[in-house]
This record gives sequence, structure tokens and C-alpha cells, in this order.
Amino acid sequence: MYKYDQYDQAMVDARVEDFRDQTRRRLEGKMTDDQFKPLRLKNGLYLQLHAYMLRVAIPYGTLNSRQLRKLAHIARTYDRGYGHFTTRQNLQYHWIKLEQAPDILAELAEVEMHCIQTSGESIRNISADHYAGAAADEIMDPRPWAETLRQMTTFMPEFSYLPRKFKIAVIAAKEDRAAMRWHDFGLRIVKNDAGEIGFEVYPGGGMGRTPFIAYKSSDFVPQHQIFSYLQAVLRVWNRNARRDNIHKQRMKILVHELGEEEFTRQVEEEFQHILTLGTDFPQAEYERIAAYFTPPPFETGLPDEIDRSDPDFAVWVDQQVAPHKAPGYAIANISLKPIQGIGGDMTAEQMEVVADLAERYSFDELRVAHTQNLVLPHVRKADLYAIWQALREAGLADANLDLVTDIIACPGLDYCTLANARSIPVAQKIAERFADLDRQKDLGELKIKISGCINACGHHHAGHIGILGVDRKGTENYQLLLGGSGDEETSQAKITGPGFDEAGIVDAVERAVERYREIREPGERFLDTYRRVGMDGFKEAIYG
Amino acid sequence: MADDPSAGGPGGGPGTLEPTPGGERDWLRFRDDPAPDEPAVTLDTFLDQSNAVSVLIEAGDDVRRLAPVLDRVRLVEIDFPKFRDGRGFSSARILREMGYKGEIKAIGDVLVDLIYFMRRCGFDSFAPNVPLDRADVESVLNRYPHVYQHAAADDVPIWQLRHG
Amino acid sequence: MKILTGNDLKTGSVVWWDGEGWSLHVEDAVDAGDRAEAIMAREEAECRVNGPYAIDGEKTAEGVRPAHIKDRIRALGPTVRPDLTLKPADPNAGNWVI
Repeated sequence: MYKYDQYDQAMVDARVEDFRDQTRRRLEGKMTDDQFKPLRLKNGLYLQLHAYMLRVAIPYGTLNSRQLRKLAHIARTYDRGYGHFTTRQNLQYHWIKLEQAPDILAELAEVEMHCIQTSGESIRNISADHYAGAAADEIMDPRPWAETLRQMTTFMPEFSYLPRKFKIAVIAAKEDRAAMRWHDFGLRIVKNDAGEIGFEVYPGGGMGRTPFIAYKSSDFVPQHQIFSYLQAVLRVWNRNARRDNIHKQRMKILVHELGEEEFTRQVEEEFQHILTLGTDFPQAEYERIAAYFTPPPFETGLPDEIDRSDPDFAVWVDQQVAPHKAPGYAIANISLKPIQGIGGDMTAEQMEVVADLAERYSFDELRVAHTQNLVLPHVRKADLYAIWQALREAGLADANLDLVTDIIACPGLDYCTLANARSIPVAQKIAERFADLDRQKDLGELKIKISGCINACGHHHAGHIGILGVDRKGTENYQLLLGGSGDEETSQAKITGPGFDEAGIVDAVERAVERYREIREPGERFLDTYRRVGMDGFKEAIYG
Repeated sequence: MADDPSAGGPGGGPGTLEPTPGGERDWLRFRDDPAPDEPAVTLDTFLDQSNAVSVLIEAGDDVRRLAPVLDRVRLVEIDFPKFRDGRGFSSARILREMGYKGEIKAIGDVLVDLIYFMRRCGFDSFAPNVPLDRADVESVLNRYPHVYQHAAADDVPIWQLRHG
Repeated sequence: MKILTGNDLKTGSVVWWDGEGWSLHVEDAVDAGDRAEAIMAREEAECRVNGPYAIDGEKTAEGVRPAHIKDRIRALGPTVRPDLTLKPADPNAGNWVI
């Protein structure tokens, strides 16, 4: 994985001092909270329901053991012993003190980490396929591009105050595991007929209160021009977006108002101009960065068989292990969705266990998935049993990947000032209802995603079953949505009808799921059945 | 000098951040030429008055409309109605891309933490609504040793330092 | 009654106006009445509180209780982590929150 050189380190160190200075001025009363807020947000520091919250960037979801141990140390020293992995492959701490935030940044800088642009009106942490570099179906590892763009989009002066946040995702496989078209700027790496590398570009996606799926603005931007293209998109948006209503300032709204054709035309015009400025990085810089992502030295001649004689282990393998491009290797997914737990939460002790496993069995690498799970990307099949035993010991061996209990949920009203309703208790009650593993496996792939407000951090628009918490006259109420997807056949979920209270939403989910079981055709997932029969096929079952 | 905001800067060579020597009110002007004293007029007025030399760019204005008359512009004031409105950053950079060499002054809700990025976009003088603390300006302008990308100022990006 | 709440600037902890200063315990909250705006402006200017706001509250036998669920959760802590609330030893402490 990428390693900072003297320049990267100097920039991150400078950011620590910058934020220390900003924090000092705030504590001395030289700044109001109105003035400080955008500054702290640009460094991932929120004021949440019970304390400050600090969001740490995990670029393209890649970590090494040293970094995860540092995250564990910070959880123990500055927080309350745990952290929360987010739907943008980041980690956030919920119990931070402002006066200690600069020290935490200094600790992070020691392991080449930071909180730069993890919130606020900025270009956020760039997400990528969490199987990058391991997946059998990718044309190349997308992370060198994500890292190059990470550097190029750090402290871009022209875009110091964008109209709103801006999210980028990069994938290089046909299968989309990163919800690429739900981003402001989605990139798929492709090869053209001449064998040259370039990008399909998908601008204008996003969830929030007005969801849009990104459209394709270009079939092929040559690789050495992608930074110019990105600047053109940002400039068209920065100059033309509304500034009078924060709910209408995301780029997706401008794309919608101008129309895809006109937006593309303006971007093309600006792109041709920006190309003349010579701001693109040279191929040599891409290659310097790509060299850090050369595949690890996979052993050859390893056995491809997995000893499945322990039935509990076999269950885990069937659900959590994905094929790897190297023979004898596998991708091991670690569930952070125990039935009675809090999805995405991990204790410092668990982090240390997983750091040890990554170091010992996975070439010192692990990944964070946007589904709030972890991944050991490169493990020998022969080591899977030992890995499973260690995970079981740490309470991390649930076998529910992509099943009905592998629920994405935002922190909701238990932690978040923006939330209207709690998300975590709903996720827990659904998980308890469907806890039986045989039942889960019978239902197959079923992605439930829960947001505690319309900002949609829990991706409810992209859930096969989505749940949106709203405030109805001071009480929590939940809307049910069906038919969303974040994969390569991206779709937006639709609301079924009137909302439910907390107990009611769990029953409604079960009724929808049972309806699917009754009417499914062989081989159909929940989403396939929904797409075949539509909302009408479910509505009566849900509302009676 | 402790109160001199000029030392170093965003990868800049000597002089790129030198303020005009002189009185206190000039220390946020980073140019050697005499400051134009003609009041700035709105963009529409400026385009109508062939003898005007100072123009006010409001947040929604398209600075590219100045292209045909650029040779008579001596001062562009770019207004920030609120500090979170970042349109003025693009306006300044586009002016520099058009070849404009005269003064670009940031006015309005200009906070100290923005001026480093404004300098990189081509602003070379500042007249904020609320006075800035000179020591804070100095530390903000000198915070970052490098830049990752080109902008209007002639900073050398990190990738260029890496590859010579 | 009108009660005032906000967060401590340095620690971020949830705090309640108790008539003289800011308390961690909602039970200490007092009715700010028509002085709410003046108290908040003064306290925020002095950096003794961050982002204060006034809410409706009710005096009950057990103490002052905020009217809205959000501030009830703020008053105690996350409902899903009783061990992290202000009353970790009392399993029934959160009964009034929801």
C-alpha cells in the first residue's frame, strides 16, 4: 500500500499544527462557533449529541496493522474504548474532547493518517472497491488512481468553499461493490479498443433528501487527463450552483436543473480550456504511486481445497469468503454485525485482534467496506481455519455477509444531532427477528439499509429494503422503502406507503420478506422478485 | 520579523508574498505598484464606462465577460458576501488564467483562514469587513510548506518536486 | 418551563443551565423564563457554553425532563449503550427517555 514520502508527511504534519492553531483561537474566544464550525468540519470534527465526534479518513478503505493499532490506541486513550466504521469506509469516534483533538491528529500523523476533508463542504475521502487488488473481476487495482486523486484534491485552493460536499468513488470491475453511481463523481476504469486505460465518468449522483443516480457524462477520459476533467466538473458546479439554500447546493441538483446534456456541454467546454493550463500530473507520478500497489508476493502451488470438517467453520466459509485472483488465496470478510451488537462498532481489543490477523495472514493489509464490515484481502485458504478461530474468540465470526442481518445503519438519534429517529435499535430488533441462520440463508442476499433522517447516511435509498426514520409530532416514525440498489444495476428505492412505529416497522419488514418467500421464483433474490412484480406485489402483504 | 507576514508562503519564491512596505493599512497588499484609488463599479457599469479602471465582481458575476476589456482593468474587487460562498475563488483564478496581471482584492466576509487559499488563487490584496490579526495572518500564510497542485500562483506542486 | 442546554466548549459534554452555571445533570436545570436569550448570549460570548438553545421542559417528581426525545437522549446518553450513559449502574435510569 501507499507510503508517505517527506512531502506527504510534511503536509499532514502542517495540518496538525494548522488545526492546533485554529482550536487555540476558538478556545481563546477569537472565533465564534459559526466561524469555527466550517474549519473544524473540514477536519472531520463535529459537535454531536453527547460530545465532539472525530471522523478519521481511511483512504479507499485501506489500512495496515500499525494504523489499526493506532486507531485502537486512540479509542482507548481519547475516547471510550471503541470506534465506529462508517458507510464511507472511514472510522469515527463519538466521545472526543475539543481540547484533545489536535493531539489525536498528531497521533494519526505518526501512522500516515489524518482527518483532512472528512466533512464540510469539501472533496471527501475517496472511496473504492473494498476488494481492490484482490478481486478476480477487476481490470486493474483502482487504488493508485484513488491515491493520486487523493493527493491532487487535498487543499485545492479554488475549491476551498464548495457549495456542498463532494464525494468520489473509483472502481475497476464490472461488478460495483462501492455504490459508485451514488457518488457526486463516480469513476470506472476501463480499457478502450486500443488497449489504453481511461475512465468512464458518472457525475451527479447522491443520496440525501433529493436522491439522484449519477449519469454517464463520458465514455472515455484518457487517464492522463482525468484531473483536468475533475477540475472542469468542480468549476462548473462551484460557479453555477445555488448558494441560497443549503438543501439545493449539491451538484446533483445543478445537473438536474441544467439537464444532463447542458451540464455535459459546459463541462466539456471547461475541460478543453483547463487542458491548456497544463495542470495534469505526469504519467511518472502515477507510476510512482502505482508502484506501492504492486501485488504482494503470492506463493504459488498452494492447495485450493479448504478443510470443511468443522461444520461451524464451513458455515462461516460459505458466507464470508470470496474468491481471490491468486490460486490458493481467498478474500475473508469480517462481519461487524453481531445480532445484538451495533453495526460498524468495534472495540479497541477487537481492532488489535484484527490488526494481528492482517499482519500475520494478509500481507499486513485490511480493508473497510462501505457496508461497515472489514476485509482481510489476501489470505491463504489454508489459513482460513486459524483466522476463523481467532475471530470467533473475539466475537467477530458472524456468518451473515449480505444476508438480512447484515444491516447498514447510521448512528441515528442515539448519537447524531441531525437525526429524527433512532436507527440502531431498529437494526437490532430486525436482526433479532431474523437471527436464525437457516432462515437468513434461505432468504439469501437481502440488503437492509436504515437512515435516521433524510440525509441518508444509512443509504436507505439504495437498500433492497430501506428504512427512513422521521419525526412525527415528536415521536419516532419509520418509512419503509423497497427496491433500491447500490450495485452495477443501481436503482432508487421507493416508499411503500404510510410509516410505522418502531415495533410496526419490524413487523412490516417481516411481512415484506415473507411475501417475497411466497412468490419468489427459483434463483430470485428479494430484489429480483421486487423488480419482477413491482410495489403492487408487496403492498397488500405489507398493509393488509 | 515577528510581525511580517511575508516570509515563506505557499511554495513561493522570494517576493511572492511580500507586502507593500509602509503603513499599517497596506500590510495586506502584496504588490509593489501604487494602489489604484478609483472606486470600483459593478461589472455592468464597468462594461458600459470605457474610462473605468476598477471593477467590482459580485459572487454571481461571470468574470469572463471582462475578457474584451481586460487591458484597461487595474483593480478587480471580488466580494465575498459570506465566507462560505466560494465562487470568488474561481473568479480570481479565471482572471489569472485570462492573463490579468493587475490587482485582485478580496473584500467582504474574508476570514483569516481563507487568505492562504486566496493567495494561491491569485488574490494579492485583502480588505476584510472585520480587521484581521496580523500574527494570525502570518502564521496562516506560512503554515503549509508545499502544495499538491497548480493554481494561479506559481507554486511548484509536490509531484514536480518529486520528479524534478 | 424553559430550560437551556448546550455543550461544553472544551469537552463537548451536554450541559444544562442551573441558574449559576452549567451542570452535566438535567435534574439541575432551572426555568430561564424570559431571561433565556440574555443568558445564552452572555454565556456564549464568554465561551462558557457552545451552541446553547432553549427548550421546553417539565418538572416531574424525578426531576426536570426535556419535552423532546432528542434532548431526552442528550440528557442521559445513547439508549443502545446504557454503560456509556450518565447512570451506567442503574438499568432503569433510561426508562423515562423513550
